[in-house]
Amino acid sequence: MMRYDRQIKLNEVGVSGQEKLQKSSVLIIGVGGLGCPAAQYLAGAGIGKIGLMDHDRVSLTNLHRQTLYGEDNIGEFKAKVAKEKLQHLNSEIELVAIEEALTIENAEKIFSEYDVILDGTDNFETKYLINDACVLTGKPWVYASIYKNEAQLSVFNYKEGPSYRCLFPKTTQQNISCEVTGVLGVTPGILGTFQAAEVLKIILGIGNVFSGKLKVLNILEGTEQVLTIQKNPAVIEKIRDQGIIPVTNNCRIKDENKTYLDIREIFEQPRIGSKNVLEIPMSDLDNRLWEIPKDEEIYVFCQSGKRSKKIVELLRNDYGFEHLKNVDGGIETIILNPA
Amino acid sequence: MNINVKYFGMIAEAAGKTEEVLELEGNPSLGELKDRQVKKYAIKDPQSVQLAVNQNLNTQVELQDGDEVAFLPPFAGG
Repeated sequence: MMRYDRQIKLNEVGVSGQEKLQKSSVLIIGVGGLGCPAAQYLAGAGIGKIGLMDHDRVSLTNLHRQTLYGEDNIGEFKAKVAKEKLQHLNSEIELVAIEEALTIENAEKIFSEYDVILDGTDNFETKYLINDACVLTGKPWVYASIYKNEAQLSVFNYKEGPSYRCLFPKTTQQNISCEVTGVLGVTPGILGTFQAAEVLKIILGIGNVFSGKLKVLNILEGTEQVLTIQKNPAVIEKIRDQGIIPVTNNCRIKDENKTYLDIREIFEQPRIGSKNVLEIPMSDLDNRLWEIPKDEEIYVFCQSGKRSKKIVELLRNDYGFEHLKNVDGGIETIILNPA
Repeated sequence: MNINVKYFGMIAEAAGKTEEVLELEGNPSLGELKDRQVKKYAIKDPQSVQLAVNQNLNTQVELQDGDEVAFLPPFAGG
């Protein structure tokens, strides 16, 4: 208990609050820019059990914002490294590394083992999945999202409050992650820390939990807006009736063994969510040529096959990419479920 | 009437500003104001864009002179 002295001293926490934290469990989905700082503060605070769910591995471009990882961890599973680092910070708590992706199949079972869910993900598909699984298992979830220097924060499904689908009933096709837009490391750091604060408030039953409201921050301008969210009981009822409603923004690629390069602009549809597709829009190609492996066979595609044909020729003739192949006929010929 | 409009995220980028005051003829509805700005700035995926009137999201109210309307897109990054 000694290690928690500085928070136990607060009237809002006390010994009984500390016991609540020790009896509680939190699942962090995505141990990246948001999940790392959140996990550090929650482990430090003495949350009894923390689940660390991430199927991704540490890469060099993670290090400027994903504060749990070092250069020697590149290539290792984030969940495993995070568990080790956090166990070092607090040996008294239980840490569970889950090195798999959240899916419609596993979400409800995993959520049922935790009290609060923290969203550290970077795509809409998973955010809707978290939302629906939280509605079905009755768990509150702490949401944050970032677009460049702006961010959104809220708590959903808390004590019959609004859900994410109440806020955004229709999703966008513009699934733009920080990997693509760029982000200052501090932005997810700030948001992940806000998320950890909401988790502590929920578990301790103190303060005003940020439910029914959306905080919109602009880190550069230093501005903050609070918008109120109306609950839409019909959309929540629909989830209870139908179960998890898949968000089908992304389609799958037929051949998982080939490596693809998608040169379409990010608003072009359909998007592909497969790991073996590198996305570099034509408009950004000049800046990101270095991301394309030179010694690997790569299939380049666009919507129809015309633009990609030109790009293949250009990259072959001017930049020495010898293993590029054009996908004649475009995206429709390589996906499993064409429109 | 005058409406104070605020833009977030990629909408602010499309508009090239984070806020402006619009002088509107007649009494446009919230939907008409949305359509107008979507066209003006070529805002993508308008069905996903939520409007907040005087900081209240997901409402359908009649616009009044001096109202503040925020255009909010979903963000995905983390």
